[in-house]
Amino acid sequence: MQEEIRNKKLEVGLNHFLTVSVVLFSLGLYGVVTRKNAVMVLMGVELILNSANINFVAFSRFGNFGINGELYALFVIILAAAEAAIALAIVLNIYKRFANVNVDEINNLKE
Amino acid sequence: MSEIANINLSIIILLLPLLGFFIVLFFGKKIEKLYLVEVGIITLAFVLSLVVGFSKLGTYLHQDLLYSFTWIDFGNVPTIGNLHIDLGIKIDNLTVIMLFVVNLISMLVHIYSMAYMKGDSRYSRYFAYLGIFTFSMLGIVLTDNILMMYIFWELVGLSSYLLIGFWYEKKSAADAGKKAFLTNRVGDLGMFIGILILFTNYHSFSFDYIYSQMSAGILPFGSEAWLTAAGILVFMGAVGKSAQFPLHVWLPDAMEGPTPVSALIHAATMVAAGVYLVARIFVMLTADAMLVIAIVGAVTSLFAATIALTQNDIKKVLAYSTVSQLGYMVMSLGVGAYTFAFFHLVTHAFFKACLFLGSGSVIHSMHHEQDIRQMGGLRKKMPITYYTFLIATLAISGVPLTSGFLSKDGILAGTLAFGELTGHWLIPIMGFAVAFLTAFYMFRLVILTFHGTPRDQHKYDHAHESPFVMVLPLIVLSTLSIFFWYTPNPVSPDAGWFASQWVTTPHTVVPASSSFDFMINENNTHAETSEHGVITHSEKYMHAMHWAHYPAMILSLVLAGLGILLAFTMYQWKKISPDKIAESVKGLYNGSLNKWYIDEFYNKTFIGGTLNLGGLLNWFDKWIVDGIVNGSAAFTRVFSKISGYFDSYIVDGLVNGTAFLSGFIGFHFKKLQTGKVQTYIVLVIFSMLILFYFIGPF
Repeated sequence: MQEEIRNKKLEVGLNHFLTVSVVLFSLGLYGVVTRKNAVMVLMGVELILNSANINFVAFSRFGNFGINGELYALFVIILAAAEAAIALAIVLNIYKRFANVNVDEINNLKE
Repeated sequence: MSEIANINLSIIILLLPLLGFFIVLFFGKKIEKLYLVEVGIITLAFVLSLVVGFSKLGTYLHQDLLYSFTWIDFGNVPTIGNLHIDLGIKIDNLTVIMLFVVNLISMLVHIYSMAYMKGDSRYSRYFAYLGIFTFSMLGIVLTDNILMMYIFWELVGLSSYLLIGFWYEKKSAADAGKKAFLTNRVGDLGMFIGILILFTNYHSFSFDYIYSQMSAGILPFGSEAWLTAAGILVFMGAVGKSAQFPLHVWLPDAMEGPTPVSALIHAATMVAAGVYLVARIFVMLTADAMLVIAIVGAVTSLFAATIALTQNDIKKVLAYSTVSQLGYMVMSLGVGAYTFAFFHLVTHAFFKACLFLGSGSVIHSMHHEQDIRQMGGLRKKMPITYYTFLIATLAISGVPLTSGFLSKDGILAGTLAFGELTGHWLIPIMGFAVAFLTAFYMFRLVILTFHGTPRDQHKYDHAHESPFVMVLPLIVLSTLSIFFWYTPNPVSPDAGWFASQWVTTPHTVVPASSSFDFMINENNTHAETSEHGVITHSEKYMHAMHWAHYPAMILSLVLAGLGILLAFTMYQWKKISPDKIAESVKGLYNGSLNKWYIDEFYNKTFIGGTLNLGGLLNWFDKWIVDGIVNGSAAFTRVFSKISGYFDSYIVDGLVNGTAFLSGFIGFHFKKLQTGKVQTYIVLVIFSMLILFYFIGPF
């Protein structure tokens, strides 16, 4: 058994990519949920987007979809950039108004 | 004068008083002296009626002048055929004589009233009312159908009501007006039913048409009993209007009106309308109906005469004597003495109008004193009034050389003949008793009023003869109470033009089986003018009348003489004390003085009964009907209260409950809205996981 395993070259398969993606997604989610700082939350969001990108590319590579996955990944990267720009602008405005960027304390719409 | 000219003239006569009524009613207050227009109009109507009378009696003595037009055309009515209601006028001898009588007395009363009513606050309205009365009375006289008769019949009732209650400030006058109106309603109801019976069967109101159908053998509902019923029912109208027993109670009370009105309406013309009506329906009266009429007339006559004996109000005595004389006329028609009934109507109209106007003259000069116990000795103060009054009294008592003698004699002879032919001897006996009583109470009145010494010196000193316009009518009317106007022979009315030519008994149209045998028209086939009718009483009746003539005359003369003698003995020479007689027959005396308690009886029974019924209905209304109404109101209230509770607690509760529930749920769910983005994300992720778990591919 050992031989067989050793002989066999470790092939990087779909599962590996997905595992990475899941880890990345979980980390991103964790960051989004736990961080108080709005900027950190945004970073979490970036992680989640990137985990999605990995998925796109991996499915594109192992699936029979041509280059659609890669193209979508590119779109997502572009979108993430735009989103980051807008979100950072919002964060800046929030900071101007509340003098901090702590998402816990920005709850004026409640009640 | 042509027929059409006569017709036109009589229409003008009819409408003139109506014109006067409107003129005086609308402008009388603004323009003083306008009543003179009314007097002038009536005078014109009188002159025209003279013209028509001469023309009719001269040229068309045996021919009726007819004019009619279709008033309402109902077209072809199922089961009846062509139905139309015609109105029209018919001028026969009865009509022209009545036209003359009504217009003459109306004119004299107008003239008289100018002085009598002077200073009254409603002077012009009084003349307007007289105008509408004259119009209505002429309508009754002229009509050719029973519908128009009924309409004008009610109109005279109305004007009588207005004039009785003319001084309506006096409660007794207002009450008397109401009493007259309501009492007449009772009779008119019967008349109306009678008219309906005739119309249902013949589909026409015209007298001539109905009679022609009857003589062709068509009876109401095919039975002679219905014919009798129709006759008696229509006669009920006459019972009311002519104040026959038992509906006579209104006439004495009607004396509350102004005295000239009493003379015109309640003595001479309107009350005679009932007699006129019976004369119009005379040909359709069966033997039974005639007997009923004769008995009603005789009872009324005797009954009223006994009351007149003891009355102390000058007008009340005259009122009861009017009732009594009307009973005479009705009785006369009942016994078939058609001519004399109508003759008596005319003569009575003149002498009774004279008596009433004479009493008005006395009352006027005595400053509205009406009690004869306060009078006496007025002969010297008021000679013209006295002599005219005396002539009229002689006439009503049936003294020879007067008109009353002729007509009363005829009536009494008729009753005697009737007794002889049918065996109903009670009727002539009552008739003769009345002749005696009439002479007695009329002379009692004259003696107490004009003879002897004044009993109230103060009033006597102020008494004076009435002005010329008041004594002129008295003179005219008393002249008309003398025989030569009616017949050249002062003892036999048959010799005159009135009874033998102008007014002749028409043929009966009743089947022979239900008519008195002396009424059967045996000469029918030989009669030249069957439409109009020369007298064709059977030989038997002529014979009986002839036989009755002299006994009746002698007997009535003796009785009248005895009555007059007794009156003089008791009141002039005071040989017999009236008080002692009154004392010895106290019960009878009080009965007569109190009018045999008829009014009290009616008060107790009909009026009291009506009031009790009213009370009962009031109680029923108050407790039962109102109870139901209030009960339903209370029930509705309770129900609405329950409904209100239901609304405010159940329906509102549901609504509020829903709102509360939403609020409650919202209150708790809003806690989920923490405002923390991370919480939301966590929730979203959990939700996603749950969704995946349930609908995912796992």
